[in-house]
Parts: sequence; C-alpha cells; structure tokens
Amino acid sequence: MKKLLTGNEAVARGAYEAGITLAAAYPGTPSTEILENMAQYKEIYSEWSPNEKVAVEVAIGGSIAGARSLAAMKHVGVNVAADPMFTFAYTGVNGGFVLVSADDPGMHSSQNEQDNRYYARHAKMPLIEPSDSQECKDFIKEAFDISEKFDVPILFRMTTRVCHSKGLVTFDERQNVEMKPYHKDIPKYVANPANGRVLHTKLEQKLIELEKYSNHSPLNRYEWHDKKIGIITSGVAYQYAREVFGEKASYLKLGFTFPLPKEMIKTFADEVDKLYVIEELEPYLETQIKAMGIEVIGKEVIPVCGELNPDIIAEAILGQKRETVEKIEEKVVGRPPTMCAGCPHRGFFYELSKKKNVVVSGDIGCYTLGAAAPLLTTDTVICMGASVSAGHGFSKAFQKNDIDTKVVSVIGDSTFFHSGITGLLDVVYNQGNTTVVILDNRITGMTGHQENPGTGYTLGGEPTTQVDLVKLCEGIGVKHIDVINPLDLKQTNDAIEKHLGLNEPSVIITKWPCVLKKSKQDEIAEYDLANRQKSIVISDACKKCKMCVKIGCPAISYDQQKGATIESSMCTGCEVCLQVCPFDAIKKAGEQHV
Amino acid sequence: MSKTTNILLVGVGGQGTILASKILSTGLINAGYDVKMSEVHGMAQRGGSVTTQVRYGEKVYSPIIGKGQANIIVAFEKMEAMRWIDYLNLNGKLVVNDYQIPSVPILTGEAQYPEEIINDLQEKAATTVINAGQIAAKIGNPKTQNVVMLGALIQSLQIDEVDWEAVIRDTVKPRFIDINIEAFNKGKEMVE
Repeated sequence: MKKLLTGNEAVARGAYEAGITLAAAYPGTPSTEILENMAQYKEIYSEWSPNEKVAVEVAIGGSIAGARSLAAMKHVGVNVAADPMFTFAYTGVNGGFVLVSADDPGMHSSQNEQDNRYYARHAKMPLIEPSDSQECKDFIKEAFDISEKFDVPILFRMTTRVCHSKGLVTFDERQNVEMKPYHKDIPKYVANPANGRVLHTKLEQKLIELEKYSNHSPLNRYEWHDKKIGIITSGVAYQYAREVFGEKASYLKLGFTFPLPKEMIKTFADEVDKLYVIEELEPYLETQIKAMGIEVIGKEVIPVCGELNPDIIAEAILGQKRETVEKIEEKVVGRPPTMCAGCPHRGFFYELSKKKNVVVSGDIGCYTLGAAAPLLTTDTVICMGASVSAGHGFSKAFQKNDIDTKVVSVIGDSTFFHSGITGLLDVVYNQGNTTVVILDNRITGMTGHQENPGTGYTLGGEPTTQVDLVKLCEGIGVKHIDVINPLDLKQTNDAIEKHLGLNEPSVIITKWPCVLKKSKQDEIAEYDLANRQKSIVISDACKKCKMCVKIGCPAISYDQQKGATIESSMCTGCEVCLQVCPFDAIKKAGEQHV
Repeated sequence: MSKTTNILLVGVGGQGTILASKILSTGLINAGYDVKMSEVHGMAQRGGSVTTQVRYGEKVYSPIIGKGQANIIVAFEKMEAMRWIDYLNLNGKLVVNDYQIPSVPILTGEAQYPEEIINDLQEKAATTVINAGQIAAKIGNPKTQNVVMLGALIQSLQIDEVDWEAVIRDTVKPRFIDINIEAFNKGKEMVE
C-alpha cells in the first residue's frame, strides 16, 4: 500500500514499524506532527513532556529499560535537551534510541536557523539525514538497528521541507521487537567520573567501527551518471540537486553523515572531474571533506543563510536564471502574521502597551506577536522561558544602577511549564520585583493546540490531573497573584496598575481559552462561549477616531469615508473593540436597535 | 506525461487551501502519478500569506519550485496572486479569485488595498477571474470557495482521467459531499 505522507507522518509510521514502544516530545514547528501521529498507535506509549530535556530523559529511561524509544523536537529544543544527550552518548543504549531533530532553515516558524548536524559531531552521536518521506520511514527503522548494533543513541536530523512535504510512502508490517532484558549494570549506566573515563574511550572505539559501517551503509549511495560534475549532498538538498542536474551529474547521496564515509568520498572524488558539495545551511560536510585534503566547491557559491531551492542551486553553479513574470511591487502590501480575531492575548497587550516606563520581556508562542504592529508592546524575545529569567536580570541591572523602570515578563501557559517555572523560582529566591504574566489560554496555541500539564488532558486525550497555577506560584513563594479575564479591559488594566506598584515578585494569570480551541462542553459552559454575540459598528456614531484599529484585530478595517467596519464572518464577539471605542459606536449585534 | 507539472496554490491562512490540495493530490495519486506536496505550518498560519505547492509527474524529486516554474497558480485572494506571480512560468496560467482580504497594514489605514489588481494580473498572464465568493454564497456555503477554485484548477489543467467526484466523496464529511460536488462543478464551468 502506498500513501501520501508528510515526513513527520512517515517518521511516526517508521518508528511504529520498527517496533518502538515509547515516544516523548515537546511540540515545536516543524516537529509537532511526529508525536501527534505516534499517538494513533496503541502499541506505543506516547507523551507530551513539559519540555525537550524531559522528553529525552523519558526516552533514555525507556531505552535503558530495554524498549526501543524515540524523542522528537524542533532544532532549538535540542539545545534544551543537550545535557542528557552528551552523556547518554557515553553510556550507550539498551533498547534502540533515536532523537529526532527537526531543523527550520529559512526560519518559517523559529527564532534561529541553527544547523543541528554539528550536534552529532559535538555529542559524538551517529547522524542520519533523510531526504524525503519514504526515506524518513526507511531510515528511522535502520536508525534503531544501528543504535542497538553499535550501542549508541542516534541523531535523526530532518528539516522543514522534509517534515512538511508529502511524498508517496510504501507501508510494511510492524516488526515484532522483543523488549531487551534489563540488567543492572552500574559501570555502563552510572555516569560518574570513573565510569565516564572508561565510557569515553569505549565511545571512541565505537566511532571507529561506525565509520567502517558508514562506508558500507545502505543509507549512503553512489548515483553514477555523467562524471564531469560530481555532487556530494544530503537531506532535501539532494532532491534539489537532482532536480537541477538530473543525469548530467553523478551524486554521492549521503544519508549517514556522522561518521562520514571517508572511503566512499575519496572514491567519488577520484572519479569525477569537478566536485561540489550542495548542503543547506552550514558547511558541515564541506569542512570535513576539505580537511581530508579534497578539493571541493561549496559555500563559495551556495548560500549559508536561509533555505535552498532548485533555483538557488541552478543560479549558483550553472549561472542559470529563469525568466519570470514581473510582479508590481507597489501593488503588494505585506501580510505579516497577526493575533487572530478574538485572541485573548490582544486585550492584555493593548492595556500593557499604554504603560510608560515599563520594559516587557517576552517569550516564544503566539504572544511573540505582542511585539508586532500595531501593539509593539514587547521589548525582547530570545528563547523558551527567557521572559521570566531575562526579565529578572533586566530588573536587577536597572536596580543596581538606580534606574527606575519596571519589568513585566510575559509567558504562555505551556511555555511557563516548559521553562518559566525555574525562572520564577529565581525571581522569588533572589528577591526580584518583576511581574510575571502567565497568558493561560488553556492550550499550547502556536503549534496547533497540543495538550499540556495545565489543560487536564494527555496527548492521547485521556483526562489527567490539571496543575493548579495559583497553588504552584504560591508554593514557589509568590505572595501577590491575581487571576483575570483578559477580555475585560478594566479588570486587566486594574491588575496591571496594581502589580506595577508592587516591589515584590508578583504574578498575573490571564485566563481565557484560545479562540481557535475546540473547547469541550465544560469549558464552553465555564466561559459561556456559546452565547457570545458579534460586535458591529453603528456607522452614524463612528467618529473615525481609529481607536478600535489600534488593537490590531484582523476583523476591523478602517476607511476614510466609511469609518470603521467589523467583518462579521471573522468577529468572534470578544468585545475588546467595544470597550476601546470612546464614542460607544460599537455594539453587540443583538443590541443594534436599542 | 513525462514532464513534471507544478501547481502553486496561494492564499491567506484559514482560506482552506489545505483541503483543496488534499483533494487534488489524492486524485493525482489515484491517476498513478508520483506526487510531492509542500505546505507551510506554524506562525505563518496566523493570518499570514500561505502557499501550497503540488508537483506531479512520472518521478518528482524536489518538493518545492522556484520562481518562473509554476504551470498554474491558483490564487484564493487577489493580492496574493500578485505577491506570487513571479513564480508563474512565462506560459503559465493564473486562476484568481476576485476576493480581497486586507492585511494588517491595510486594516490600520497605514496602506491601501491595491486598486485594479485584476487588470494588472490580466496584462501579465493568461488569467481566469472567478468570483468564488459569490458562487459559494449562491450555493449556500461561503466556505466552499476553496472547492470552487479547485474545480477551476482541474478544468484549466484538464486532468480528466480522475473521478474527482469520487475523490471529494472520500475526502469531505458526508453532510458536505453534495455541496462540495456542486461547488466543484460550478468552478469547472467558470473555465472555458
């Protein structure tokens, strides 16, 4: 049977066929759908972990216990999970272990475009790079075999176009893989200094064996055609190169890229006249090949920044540029992403944006858009969790230098669980005075609605214990905590004013479900979501002051002649605009004749 | 067909390009083609400009295309047609929905929605203009605009070897089958 699958779906299918029984992840574009798809296989225990480090450690536990185990995350998630990885490479596995890293060249939905292939060399983990959906499925199965055969964890590196492109994939049956017996083995699994020294030496020996394997791996192959041009390539860059050169070049197509198959590379280099390395982002292959003394052209012509595509390669190497239909630039207005109509974050950011002498330390999620026009509220966004800890540092630096500026840290519910809690511990422990705002929209929003410890449900949809944010913050030692409805602007403003006046750690929790969330009956009842009425502008009353436009709602538009209008098909009845209008010109649709 | 055909669907997050491309790719697979499809997830979906690329032929390598390579662009929104028109092959076709969704700079009055964009598009490429919004409204469900556009696409490319109605029947929820088939056929009728 052949099916059209994304790379992410194919990885889940391949892991299933490889007989894994444990998988853990934290959602992050472009990796999220791997675990979402894994959850359909009842033979596998699948979980959303609170962060990537936890996910990797859960999978490490599964592996040492004897089960084939997988952890998946986006590229920056591997930074969070790096600590256990470096040491687990030393100890080795029991059941096969694969860490999937989904990199995001071009930063479609990320804060940087780091090339995680370097992690393989750095942590000394064998590296596998699939180039399409079929390879995702085939290679992940091979990855588990290699992991067990050589007693090493595997880094499986995908990129956005591999994760989210669909290709035809042939299905196989699930392998019946027995759980490996677990035996207590302190020298292997207790990474203290004495054991670590022995384990490091063993790992170096394994890497020598793995290089021999690499030269005969089915994941690395020659494709001999015209030998005037030779191309060494890996990942989706192979598909682009094939598209451009077809059979006018020969290829060394690498799927197993650490340790590199040096013998194969030498043979290939000897056979072809001119040698290119075509790879996305960093010169990972190129630098190593050049270190072998082989002459090759790579990043001199292929860009380091951004995503590749066939055209970039054709222009860089062949100087070909296709004639195109010319677009009229002035007839194209930008279309930046924006908070949805009815987003519960909007009212909060609107109120916060009006405060003077405040620095807003932001975080990763939909609310990163708090830095976008027209709100322009947020001052800094670095990484998951940094809002709280960087905000604390900001504030301490201000205090130490007698600067009277208040700091507000803004973080979503899932991101707070991910790595905001430790920051809040720091604020309390070291007697900071920042206000931490937890934007609790009852779901993990940006990545497409994944459950988290605050939602009361697991990845599989089973009801579970719901963390109590207020008690959690109280337990940490926060004395001032307010839970507010962010759609109520007066309540929101009052809470912000009160907390800005405090000189102690404080927490505001804005609690309202994401407007796109498919709420269950109890939530619909709790927030009275069923009876909301759309808002409309009474055109006679509109004084064209444009106040409603300043909240940046995509349902509200402004025209010199007509004034403001609300697109009824988009309005969700959040009533934030209604509270902003100084002339009472916006009403609930049901009250228009009043 | 030995050559690969490139289709680019463009629109605004939430316009239903994903369902249209799902029906499209399922039909192409049923017809025995190799198919690759690429779409954008994450932040861009929050009201941003979205694209789906579908490529089919005997053997497809790259999941994405570069500028000047699309055999056809189907634009669910007219300013998006202009944004992506440089991806169209010089001999390519453009099918555009005469429908506008203002972006934030336009909503806030910072910029104006470009005027006469349909005329500009018609001057630049072989363009079929469809008022999918009106058609969908007439059928009785504004959300079927995407399937109207799909019908126009299929007619433009003349992919006749597929039983498209059967594909729609297998893809959409039972209670939406009839209305989607109607939308699909209305879209087809709009193309000569």
